[in-house]
Amino acid sequence: MAEQKPEFWRWHEYTWRDEGKNWKDYEKITAGVDIGSVSSKAAIMVDGELYSYSLFRTGSSSPDSAHKAIQGCLDGTGMTLDDIKFIVGTGYGRVNVPFAHKTVTEIACHARGANSMNAGVRTILDMGGQDCKAILCDENGKVQQFLMNDKCAAGTGRGMEVVSDLLSVPIGDIGPLSLGVDREPPPVSSTCVVFAKTEAVGLLREGFNVAEVLAAYCAAMAHRVVTLIQRVGVKKEFAITGGISKNAGVVKRIEKELGVEAVEIAPDAQLAGAIGAANFAKDLLAKQMARAAG
Amino acid sequence: MLANYGYSDGSGTYYITLDTDKCDGCRDCVTACPQQMFLVEPDDYDDDKAVIKEAMRKDVKYLCAPCKPTAGPRELPCETACTPRAIVHSW
Ligand code: SF4
Ligand code: SF4
Repeated sequence: MAEQKPEFWRWHEYTWRDEGKNWKDYEKITAGVDIGSVSSKAAIMVDGELYSYSLFRTGSSSPDSAHKAIQGCLDGTGMTLDDIKFIVGTGYGRVNVPFAHKTVTEIACHARGANSMNAGVRTILDMGGQDCKAILCDENGKVQQFLMNDKCAAGTGRGMEVVSDLLSVPIGDIGPLSLGVDREPPPVSSTCVVFAKTEAVGLLREGFNVAEVLAAYCAAMAHRVVTLIQRVGVKKEFAITGGISKNAGVVKRIEKELGVEAVEIAPDAQLAGAIGAANFAKDLLAKQMARAAG
Repeated sequence: MLANYGYSDGSGTYYITLDTDKCDGCRDCVTACPQQMFLVEPDDYDDDKAVIKEAMRKDVKYLCAPCKPTAGPRELPCETACTPRAIVHSW
């Protein structure tokens, strides 16, 4: 019997909750749900403070993924969907969050989220599963300019998963491995998923080892997104959100080429969209309550 | 907000920039563009603003080519139609 191939691309799914808080003590319960092409995230806030969040892989159905993500935040809390007063949906499949009261673009949510996680953030580079965006925001996290490359999915999580699988390297090891090389092959000319495969195989054949090929791929990805950010200009602080923010091999190379270090945004840069959406939900709920109080 | 729609590739950089602070949602660009690339829809703050249709963003270079003379002065229907000057092409 053929041995099952390990899933090198598979990353860690998780949920978290603030055990020190009892949600029943709070008045404004809001949530944000961010359905990306690769990962689904949800965050619940109580009176504007983070209460719980979750991160799962997006399945074939966006509505199911949305339910799974929010359920991950609810499990074990005794809270139900009906207890959440306002839910904002966002992301790649944002029209597919069936229980959302409103949808907000992911550009606005990422800026708001990253800025709420670190108040100094003005430039956000969102490196998601299927696209990559450069965003400038003001001190309130409101978008001033954004740009994405609508043609090329360079610098995306999906591409990294393909490379991980092709070279049989667990996805979490790519960054460290790519940074440990003594020599780097010339950056692969294309970060397009299809061509990268061919180029990676070619480099291996030329005698470069796996770590060196990874280095070339990370360098190419970093270079492509740096040209994107340079078009909007970098204002400090600079933060990277989305799945690739966890790949030090790409992050370090972006920092080096830009000459700017990326700030850390806790608890997890991948949650910026969901946390931003929950923040929008908080404001929208406040507006709704003010209107009701009339 | 400056919203940049388009892409850059090996041949150059092709972005249409819409300044949402200037755009008043008048829809003149929607009528003027021979390729019907504009759409006016509510943004995140519920104000009507022009955007480039999503499916067309990766083809702006080709779609706009007929409007752009290779030599001499040019007058793009979209830029001319927009009184507040909210539309700018990068190429
Ligand atoms: S013509 Fe200009 S102001 Fe009017 S909708 Fe288009 S972009 Fe906005
Ligand atoms: S240049 Fe022509 S085709 Fe392109 S957006 Fe303007 S009016 Fe439309």
